[in-house]
Amino acid sequence: MDFSTDVLMDMHRRMVRIRLFEEAAGKLAEAAKLPGFLHLYVGQEAVASGVCAALDDEDQITSTHRGHGHLVAKGGEFKPMMAELMAKSTGYNKGKGGSMHISNLDVGMLGANGIVGAGAPIAVGAGFANKYRDNGHVSASFFGDGSTNIGAFHEAANMACALQLPVLFICENNEYGEFTPRDKTMAITDIVDRAAGYGMPGVIVDGMDVVAIHEAALEAKERALRGDGPSLIEAKTYRFYNHHGVQNLGLKYRTDDEVELWKQRDPIFTFEDRLIEAGTTSRDEFDAVWEELRADIAEAIEFAEDSPMPDPDQILVDVYTDTPASDDNREQMTGAAS
Amino acid sequence: MTRKIGYVQAFNEAVRQEMQANEDIFCAGEDIGGFGGVFQSYAGLQKEFGERRVVDTPISEQAIIGLGVGAAVSGLRPIVDIMFMDFIAVAFDQIINQAAKVKYMFGGSAEVPMTITTGGGGGLSAAAQHSQSLEALICHIPGLKVVYPSNPYDMKGLMTSCIRENNPTIMIKHKRLLGMQGEVPEEPYSIPLGKANVLREGSDVTVVSWAKMANDCVDVAEKLESEGISVEVIDPRTMQPLDTDTIVESVKKTNRVVVVHEAVRFAGLGAEVAAQIQEEAFDHLDAPVGRVAAPFSPVPFSPVLESNYLPSPDKITDAIRSVLARPGA
Repeated sequence: MDFSTDVLMDMHRRMVRIRLFEEAAGKLAEAAKLPGFLHLYVGQEAVASGVCAALDDEDQITSTHRGHGHLVAKGGEFKPMMAELMAKSTGYNKGKGGSMHISNLDVGMLGANGIVGAGAPIAVGAGFANKYRDNGHVSASFFGDGSTNIGAFHEAANMACALQLPVLFICENNEYGEFTPRDKTMAITDIVDRAAGYGMPGVIVDGMDVVAIHEAALEAKERALRGDGPSLIEAKTYRFYNHHGVQNLGLKYRTDDEVELWKQRDPIFTFEDRLIEAGTTSRDEFDAVWEELRADIAEAIEFAEDSPMPDPDQILVDVYTDTPASDDNREQMTGAAS
Repeated sequence: MTRKIGYVQAFNEAVRQEMQANEDIFCAGEDIGGFGGVFQSYAGLQKEFGERRVVDTPISEQAIIGLGVGAAVSGLRPIVDIMFMDFIAVAFDQIINQAAKVKYMFGGSAEVPMTITTGGGGGLSAAAQHSQSLEALICHIPGLKVVYPSNPYDMKGLMTSCIRENNPTIMIKHKRLLGMQGEVPEEPYSIPLGKANVLREGSDVTVVSWAKMANDCVDVAEKLESEGISVEVIDPRTMQPLDTDTIVESVKKTNRVVVVHEAVRFAGLGAEVAAQIQEEAFDHLDAPVGRVAAPFSPVPFSPVLESNYLPSPDKITDAIRSVLARPGA
């Protein structure tokens, strides 16, 4: 499939936005400016970018504990995202979600999720709503290799296929479930082998190649909108940083050599090299993108740092919705005795 | 117009009328479509509304609740059924960590207008995994509302409220009340969540109870009336939020109170009710708050064991006499 320069540059931009956001978040965490846990998406940018470039604003996605990248790729803005990570009242979640629950329904992002595997059933529900309304939209669930070992994933995949829902299952196989290598936790090499068991097609793509991912996502979306049901895409990828936090090399569970090998396949730099080689664009143009987005990040950090913390009186706000259903205009026989 | 119908028909009628009024409402669960649900709660609904709106799902409780959460945040009003209340344990992540928390975690930007329906309660020799009353577990979770009606009239009005509610609610149908008949208006009506009902007025002692036990307490109260003991029976109807005001007002009048529930005594809702009464009406109490509840064991299978396990009219009567035996102020 050939894509226009606009599409290619759009995907590049999404990847760079993720990279810069995550690198900045990592630095802020090291400076103890971000409370709580931080799971960085660096290395996996092509997956979120390639898929989200195939989606509309109204298409929904569910995410994981490693969720900033998905929100950035879906159109999340730096300022409210950075503010949320800093636990400020101006954050997308008003300082009540943080890194692990960051969300923005306006761009169809139904939340990062602190529970592994929990997003998949929710994406199935979003897909159900799209089919119910016949609105021409799809939902996509991002999840890791580890979460395909959880019951919720199995239930969601089976239900989506049984009900033939327009859902894209996007597995980001980064080879490690937290600190344990994949081959210790499952007896298969390719997650995609599981797709046949649910009755959906599965395809393996190079998770460091944004174009390959984009093609697969477009095909899965087209299939879903034809009414042919879900697809599973397995993107073979790698996280450059640790499971959480910003340490990258060493530790006990990955070798420095392995990390370096994957870094040589950096999804952004290899993509830039390819486009320059093909004469699609120039180094200068890429440099301008990085420069512009670096300025945006700096502005977002300043915004977040200047933003107020939530007021303690907000603790009980938004536990419940108090508004009654708006469509109810019938007489209510309130309080009638039995 | 009012006529007599059963508890389960009252549930069914609430769902049917709300579905007729609002195209965004759909139902999903195991066996609820073609079969109408194991308790026939959903009987006839798929025939009337079609497979699009009344969906037979796989036996996948996590995905059933997840289906509801995802559809609800996408603008629909799901009614999702978990056949037996015991099975909510299978779906606890989606109920506790997702449905209950989405609105709060998202800073208020999302709503989950979803009703979870389920069958609770013992007395059918259904043993340890099909008999529990687990309302205390879910009442402990901020973000959920919990309803456990004691009669057909309340069932229809409360179910209507649950469906219209913009928060996740859990409607528990007591399995021993499914056939209970009562006067129910044909037209739609709602009973506000969080509003207790005084089932029977009295002046000597207050009994707080819900679902099937509330009916047993009314029977006991009627027997004690002949001995000159006047018992007030309060049915909170909604366990979360709990109408503490109505309970406290009653206790201020009677100065004595017994809480009766099917769930085990330890950390049951009786403990919460007792704690709230001592906080709000300590100086009005003439006796410690009495509790009648199941002992701390799983629900046993044998009818002999189960009938001794569940609170009985005799145990309720004894508890009432016990709080009345204390001298008044």
